[in-house]
Formats: sequence, structure tokens, C-alpha cells
Amino acid sequence: MIKMEYYLIVSTLMFFIGVYGFIARKNMLAILISLELILNAVEINFAVFNRYLFPGSMEGMFFTLFGIAITAAETAIAIAIIINVYRNIGSVNVRKINKMKE
Amino acid sequence: MANLIIFICLAIFIVIMSLMAVTSKKILRAATYLLFVLIGTAGLYLLLNFHFLAAVQISVYAGGIVVLFIFAIFLTSNKGDMIDNHNKKRILYGIVAAVAGIAITGFALLKHRFLNYSDNPTIAGDQEMNMKMIGEALMGTEKYQYLLPFEILSVLLLACIIGGILIARKR
Repeated sequence: MIKMEYYLIVSTLMFFIGVYGFIARKNMLAILISLELILNAVEINFAVFNRYLFPGSMEGMFFTLFGIAITAAETAIAIAIIINVYRNIGSVNVRKINKMKE
Repeated sequence: MANLIIFICLAIFIVIMSLMAVTSKKILRAATYLLFVLIGTAGLYLLLNFHFLAAVQISVYAGGIVVLFIFAIFLTSNKGDMIDNHNKKRILYGIVAAVAGIAITGFALLKHRFLNYSDNPTIAGDQEMNMKMIGEALMGTEKYQYLLPFEILSVLLLACIIGGILIARKR
């Protein structure tokens, strides 16, 4: 029998691996990849709670469904911004994006 | 028992692939490892009897987002693009944040007593939702039905298309 905690442990590990990547990476696309990991872990949690604790309903499934769609929209916009930044600055390194400060 | 073995294989695969996705030096390889993580997640959904969700996960993430990532990497990478020498301090901060978070969350998770869940839902195949139920819940306007969020989502996607074109076009 697979206990619910096993799934939650996997998603916790995935979430905090994503947090590590979000802090440590420099390339903006790599940061976006870490963000995908974080969102994916959260969506696993929704599905697992729905299946184990409230097996008769399907709210968690729909939350996951809408979450996936919103993630897709957010990624598309973020990639558009990154391409625009690359066109203007010539780099996708976050430490070099300080033009607006000066 | 077989389910448990499949789950353990998937869990190890997912954790290793996500570790490699955040530590890989080459950005294109990181995107490929992300693809593997997402496919493993689809496997977890299948194990939970969310068949529709697994199909959505594969078609949207593997078919859409990862391809978008790969095109963006091709458009923005310089010659011999490596993620240059990591800043030691940032890595230290990241490890501290991740380990502290895992410790706190894991403590809360293992300490907490969840509601009773007696049977194993991953074996009871009769709990699978059929497409008729999903479609009616997605298109209905009554309680626990989701027409309004669905329409709002379509407006959001329209706004996202217009914004993406506006931001990324050449001036």
C-alpha cells in the first residue's frame, strides 16, 4: 500500500529542489525551469489530496487542470520577456540586468 | 505491491532528474531533465488513476512548454553557452534555504495526523472518473461545476497571446 505521505515527500523534495535552483542559478531560463519544478510539485499535492482524502469529489483535479493552464500562460509570457531582454541587453544573466537601477 | 515498486522507481527517477535539472551546467540539458521530471509526474497521476490529468500533463507540458523552452534556449544562447562559474555564496544560500524548508515541511508532514483514509485508492480502479463526468463538471454552471473559471481561463490565454506578441515583437 502506498501511503499518502510518500507522495507528499516526493513533492516536498521536488519543491525545495526548485527553490534551490531558483536561488542559485543565474541564467533566467534556468530560473524559469526551477519555477516549473515548484509549480509541478504543488500540482501533485492537489491531485494527491483529492484522491486520498476526498475520493468522491474532483475539486483537486480541476485545480490541477487550471493550474497547468495558468502555468503554460505564465511561461509563455516569461519567455517573451526573456527574449526581449536578450535583444536589448545581449545576455540572459540576471546579475547583469541592472540597467533600470542606473 | 507492484504498485509500490512502480511508485518507488518513479519517485527515485523524479527526484534524481529534478536534482540534475537544477545542477546541470548546460541549459539545454536542464530543459531535457525537466522534460523527464514532467513525464515522471504524469506517471504519478496515472498511478493515482487520474488518467485525464496525465494526458493533459503530457500534452501541455511535454508538447508545449518544453518545446517553448528549447526554442527560447536556441534563441538566447551565446556561443558555447555554459552557466558560468557559480557564485559560491548563492549556492550556499540556496542549500540552506532548501534544507531548512525540507526540515520544517517534513517535520510538519510526518507529525501531522491526516483524516482517515482506509482503503488504497490507487488499487480501487472503480474510482476512475470517466470523461462524461469531467466534461459535465467542466461545462456546467451549477455547484461544483466549472464553466466560469473555464471561460476566465480562455480570456487569460487570449490576454497572454496578445501580451506575448506585444512584448516579443521587433520594434
